[in-house]
Amino acid sequence: MTEMVYGTHPVQAGEPVLPKWWRTVDRWTLTSVLLLMGVGLILGLAASPPLAERNGFEPFHYVKRQFAFTLISAVAMVGLSMTSPTTVRRLGVLGFLATFLALVLLPVFGTDFGKGAVRWYSLGFGSVQPSEFLKPCYIVATAWLMAAATEIGGPPGRLYSVIVTAVVAGFLVIQPDFGQATLLIFVWSAMYFAGGAPILVILSVVVALAGGGMLAYNTSEHFARRIDGFLSPEVDPTTQIGYATNAIREGGFFGVGVGEGSVKWSLPDAHTDFIIAVAAEEYGLVAVGLVIFLFLVLVTRSLARLMRERDPFVRLAGTGIACLVGMQAIINMGVAVRLLPAKGMTLPFVSNGGSSVVAMGIAVGMLLALTRTRPQGDIADALFQRRATHD
Amino acid sequence: MTRIPLRPLARILDARRRGQNPDAIERENRRLRHEHLRDQQRRVAESRLVVLSLLFVAGFLTIGARMAVLASTEPSEPASVAASASIAAQRADILDRKGRILATNLATNALYAQPPIMVDPDGAARALARIFPDLDAQTLAKRFKSGRKFIWIRKKLSPEQQQAVHDIGEPGLLFAPREMRLYPNGRLAAHVLGGTGFGREGVHAAELVGRAGVEKAFDGFLRDPANGGRPLQLSIDLSIQSTVRRVLDGGMRLLNARGAAAVVMDARTGEIVALASLPDFDPNDRPAPPTGGDPADSPLFNRAVQGVYELGSTFKTFTIAQALELGLVTPATEIDTKGPLRWGRFRIRDFHDLGPKLSVTDVLVKSSNIGTARIAQLIGAERQKSFLRQLGLLDPAPVELAEAPSAHPLYPSNWSEISTMTISYGHGLSTSPLHLAAAYATIVNGGHKVRPTLVLGGGRRDGERLISAETSRQLRKMLAEVVTRGTATFAQVPGYPIGGKTGTADKPNPKGGYYKDKVIATFAGAFPASDPKYVVVVTLDEPVETSGPKPRRTAGWTAVPVAAEIVRRIAPLLGVRPVIEQGGAPALTLTGN
Repeated sequence: MTEMVYGTHPVQAGEPVLPKWWRTVDRWTLTSVLLLMGVGLILGLAASPPLAERNGFEPFHYVKRQFAFTLISAVAMVGLSMTSPTTVRRLGVLGFLATFLALVLLPVFGTDFGKGAVRWYSLGFGSVQPSEFLKPCYIVATAWLMAAATEIGGPPGRLYSVIVTAVVAGFLVIQPDFGQATLLIFVWSAMYFAGGAPILVILSVVVALAGGGMLAYNTSEHFARRIDGFLSPEVDPTTQIGYATNAIREGGFFGVGVGEGSVKWSLPDAHTDFIIAVAAEEYGLVAVGLVIFLFLVLVTRSLARLMRERDPFVRLAGTGIACLVGMQAIINMGVAVRLLPAKGMTLPFVSNGGSSVVAMGIAVGMLLALTRTRPQGDIADALFQRRATHD
Repeated sequence: MTRIPLRPLARILDARRRGQNPDAIERENRRLRHEHLRDQQRRVAESRLVVLSLLFVAGFLTIGARMAVLASTEPSEPASVAASASIAAQRADILDRKGRILATNLATNALYAQPPIMVDPDGAARALARIFPDLDAQTLAKRFKSGRKFIWIRKKLSPEQQQAVHDIGEPGLLFAPREMRLYPNGRLAAHVLGGTGFGREGVHAAELVGRAGVEKAFDGFLRDPANGGRPLQLSIDLSIQSTVRRVLDGGMRLLNARGAAAVVMDARTGEIVALASLPDFDPNDRPAPPTGGDPADSPLFNRAVQGVYELGSTFKTFTIAQALELGLVTPATEIDTKGPLRWGRFRIRDFHDLGPKLSVTDVLVKSSNIGTARIAQLIGAERQKSFLRQLGLLDPAPVELAEAPSAHPLYPSNWSEISTMTISYGHGLSTSPLHLAAAYATIVNGGHKVRPTLVLGGGRRDGERLISAETSRQLRKMLAEVVTRGTATFAQVPGYPIGGKTGTADKPNPKGGYYKDKVIATFAGAFPASDPKYVVVVTLDEPVETSGPKPRRTAGWTAVPVAAEIVRRIAPLLGVRPVIEQGGAPALTLTGN
């Protein structure tokens, strides 16, 4: 009997799960995301009834759906944030394989919903956009490859990550979805940059990107039309951008009032790609400023916490996800204010749409798991450094 | 920094000497190097992440600044940017030549149901059936419960009906704003206006699209927001149109005709002052196009424009005008009218024997087929064809009606000599009454080509000259004689001398040949006879006058009295100065005081 109890661990070795989670999680980022979700639901109240009416549903059909999706997203986020970086890595790599397969099979089983790009799987109750779920998983997988390259005698992970990125971006371009492809390349660049890329390589990537853009402009009509529309000095008030610009102007600093906006009636993508225009029109610059501030908190807080991280995988994956959220927000809002050419890109958490919200919940859940405070061996560091100097 | 080898030889040898595993030393060194690498990488990453954060801060601030700039500028367009505004753009009004409304819009509502948000489908169905007697409560309730999410119930509602539906209090019954086209004059000028229907339909608006007539021909203009709702002003005069329709309707009933058409046209500009076709319809409630039978029997059929008929002796005017113009004959030239005229297996005869010889004037006055055919022989096929083409009788009339381009005149593909002879008196060539009016206007107005138009100010004076002023004058004189001593003596209207020509053509039998007892009777005339301002064409389909011992069908007994009555009533309205007869007892005696 003695050997059965001697030396065994008590049932609860350390501190309980929830208090530990609450102590270590990045509460600023968590709060920002929850606030953004709330903003998305409130804006959905304004932006989606016209769509519901157009599609013959009762006015709050999409609001209810969005509420359900946001709930799923929040649960996924909190759940994932409790896991360890190892679990995140395993889930991410497996998820990457699954979503990549889904992406490859899109041309066979996908549907374009009459929008000119095959991006969705149509399920009975709704549709799924695999590229949304692919993004966080891709980042985790790529970070894993890049981190492996930093180990002594590790595989050439950076080269592998380049190949993976090229293949995934290629499949996205086939859809065509230039927005997501560009986003992935941006995120990969950010990770590579944070992973200690030589300056020469960074410059050559920038040049290659410019060259690829030129090539796409010359070969794809879909792409060329959007760029031309962006470069023309006159905003045609009947285009999406024209409506969005006008809506922001209508809104002014404090908005025209809740429910008083008109842009939601005229823009087909008011509830997704141009939700910020709805926010600007009905709630004014104040609301837009709040949204921007929340995204800024999310990105800078996460990056700041990752600066202390010693594990290269955690640092790279976290950087990638934080950059993904930040860049997507910048691209979405940049399009609405005509700083960037039009792309089909959702505003994370705020835009309505099941795939986007749930996938972003998963992404930030992973980010929160990665940015949790954990021992970084600081004392060991100090000792090691002291010994190194003493040698 | 000194680099520690993974297996330093001194320590390995030392460990071996002590009997320890030298691999532990390598593992330890590997771990240390790993730790060192990680620290190095973190130092690099730290600065890179600071750069990334700053880039993001810059990016978000740029967008915020841009938003602020946009928000502080004025919107470039007023709030009417909603997509529905483009659909709801008002269709412009249509006015007559004096500015009276022929077509306008009325705001109304369509009624639809959204069964998912209905509280009491059965009650709503019953209440709706009470308001709209043509709806059936059971069918309606079944449709509400069929699982559909959206059901149109009525396209147009009157305000009373809307209030009644509102009073049901059913949240699932909703109104969709609509604009409705209203033709306040009902059947007047129905064929000119045509009609409208709903095009693209949305919940918030529906397009009004022209379906026929002027509404279709000017659809683009009427819907163009760039015109700013500027109305379309037609050359139609509502009071003349009303008179013409009323007289024509009376004549049609009196003479038991199947149909009738009349055109009143300004002889100089070609502006159509009145255009009537009977039977007609109410454009507010446009009947469905017929699915079977002869489309010409439908009230939608515009006999004055779409109907092409052999218009008979009215064509003799053109033959004689051309012969005079070419100098082949003078009004006094004697023409051989001994009948019948044989040509191959054809025989041309007159209505009754007119003697061996007639002057050219009398050929027209007495309407001699033989005489006209002989004159046509002098002209020849080529010249005749080109003259008729110049008059516009061989091409669709260029009038602004949706139906006009498809109304092709019918003529033989092989214009042989016998065709020349029959066409010279109006057989073998089918044209619409509108064609005839435009050609008569050209002949009597001094010889300037006239292009028919329905738009006020759309006509051109002094068009291309087709015959000389002298020829035109001679024809006017002859046409006046037709009325004073020829086949159209019933056209004598006191104070308003008319010049014109009758035409009675047997109707072609679809089975081949011609009917013996069915005619198209036409009168084409102009007034005042000496200097015509207006051309009138009246065509009756299968008229018969039964006051005498034998039924009479010739135009002189049918179309002419109707045309005379039209002129008698519209001439004063048109402001034509009457000719005061000389020598009559003065109605007013001036005295010295």
